[in-house]
Amino acid sequence: MRWLSDPLLAVDHLSMRFGGLVAINALSFTVGRGDITALIGPNGAGKTTVFNCITGFYKPTSGRIALAQGGTLERGAIEALTRSGKKRTQGVNPELFLLERMADHAIASEARVARTFQNIRLFPGMTVLENLIVAQHKTLMAASDYSLGGLLGLAKYRAAERKAIDLAKAWLEVVGLVARADDPAGDLPYGAQRRLEIARAMCTNPVLLCLDEPAAGLNNRESAELTQLLRGIRAQTGVSILLIEHDMSVVMDISDHVVVIEYGVKIADGTADEVKSDPKVIAAYLGVDDEEVAVAEAGSVAP
Amino acid sequence: MDYFVQQLINGLTLGSIYGLIAIGYTMVYGIIGMVNFAHGDVFMLAAFIALILFLLLMQVLGGLALGLALVIVLLLGMALTSLWGWVIERLAYRPLRGSFRLAPLISAIGMSIFLSNFVQLVQGPRNKTLEPILSNVLVFPVGEGSVTLAEKQLVIMVVTAALLGVLWYVVRYTSLGRAQRACEQDRKMASLLGVDVDRTVSLTFIIGAMLASVAGLLWMMYYGVVSFSDGFVPGVKAFTAAVLGGIGSLPGAVLGGLLIGLIETFWSAYFTIDYKDVAAFSILAIVLIFLPSGLLGRPDVEKV
Repeated sequence: MRWLSDPLLAVDHLSMRFGGLVAINALSFTVGRGDITALIGPNGAGKTTVFNCITGFYKPTSGRIALAQGGTLERGAIEALTRSGKKRTQGVNPELFLLERMADHAIASEARVARTFQNIRLFPGMTVLENLIVAQHKTLMAASDYSLGGLLGLAKYRAAERKAIDLAKAWLEVVGLVARADDPAGDLPYGAQRRLEIARAMCTNPVLLCLDEPAAGLNNRESAELTQLLRGIRAQTGVSILLIEHDMSVVMDISDHVVVIEYGVKIADGTADEVKSDPKVIAAYLGVDDEEVAVAEAGSVAP
Repeated sequence: MDYFVQQLINGLTLGSIYGLIAIGYTMVYGIIGMVNFAHGDVFMLAAFIALILFLLLMQVLGGLALGLALVIVLLLGMALTSLWGWVIERLAYRPLRGSFRLAPLISAIGMSIFLSNFVQLVQGPRNKTLEPILSNVLVFPVGEGSVTLAEKQLVIMVVTAALLGVLWYVVRYTSLGRAQRACEQDRKMASLLGVDVDRTVSLTFIIGAMLASVAGLLWMMYYGVVSFSDGFVPGVKAFTAAVLGGIGSLPGAVLGGLLIGLIETFWSAYFTIDYKDVAAFSILAIVLIFLPSGLLGRPDVEKV
């Protein structure tokens, strides 16, 4: 129940309208620190729209998305920051960010929210290792005080570069791609590209990792490997993971917390087991008449 | 045989200059998908900067230290021209990024017209000339005859090769190069991974302008004459070279430049000089029919 006791991200009354279409309507949920949270729902429920709002691709029509770095998200602090009109706090612990006020690249680099997309977006022409080093560009630049010398990798800045390579290699080991380090990323098989994307996202040192359908297109064995990988990453780094996934075996296996949305509205929120037996969820997935839901709900209340 | 080798040398010299300009087109196209039509005029501007700096320095240094003067002109010219390149991008292109596709293109054409008219106004419409420099020739026996290689041709080829080496290193092995390649492949993703895209684009324009500046100096040195309208034809030729080699590809730009230089030179040497441009552009048309993405360009495979 860390999403209640120790939240890292709080989405409050988030709404997103495209013209007359309401993609998300007053959606609220929290993501627990160190949890693996799954966002599920039928096709078109608005899952990716939620992701796009969190990562700044869309400006939400209304609502608030708050994230805390280095401590629990406190309601009072969120209110204070909201009233101050600023995007983020400076130099306090925990550091607070209001993501709906920030640009996508600032959300990635300052709030440290990393994401992957439904389609693979590696740099196919660069080597596997280079993909991971580019993700540390900012760290490298910071180490060289954003100087031209750092950009050109002069001798003074070699130490920073070596560290970046070491980190990249460590992540390659985690995802099992050490042997392919110098191959173009585009030449990897599909499953390996998926793992590399996750490794690349982790190279940005995120506090929240958002994965949009990481198991899409993977076979059963690869899906099982992916759950292992995500568990391993969480155990190793303590990163919180928010994922959209259609593969229910993955979701039920891996998630500490599941949020179910349908037509942009939250219909269930709880542990995997709670959600699995929720009649509204079953109805949403299997397509049951409203009356039957009412009956099922009544049944679940009655002894 | 000797005639052939002589033309080869002449063609490679001209092709080197085209190649240097073509890199500016191809890098900018690679990173923001825009044809910087003002690039040819940046080259012309660089030739004027080189001319002015050179004349000034010869006044100060007196004709004694030609080599030193050239090196100073090279470095100072690169600095000044890259400043132009940076300002042009900031003023004319960056505000239009994210606008519709044709907007920066039109802006580039406007910038091109502005630059040539600006130079016409401040420098006058007449050709500016420079006393021939580095005109000593080395003579090699080839077959029954002999071939001459002027010092300036040698300088052009050596400088071009050295710059390409540096550029290759920068793109391949430095943080800047990695950021450039990442932006080229997926700008949005690069920005999400912490790469400052605007800065990377600025630096790309600066590098392109630096190479154009060297090309301008070499052109000035080789032909000894420049006018305000000289940005157009070499610019279009270099753009052609970039397209021929496969726009977006650095080795392609160099290869394209050399090919255009060679085609032009050999056509003038063996057929008629009047039709040299027709020959160069015809080859371009023919290559594009069979290889639409150029000689070294990656074909765009659309996944369905």
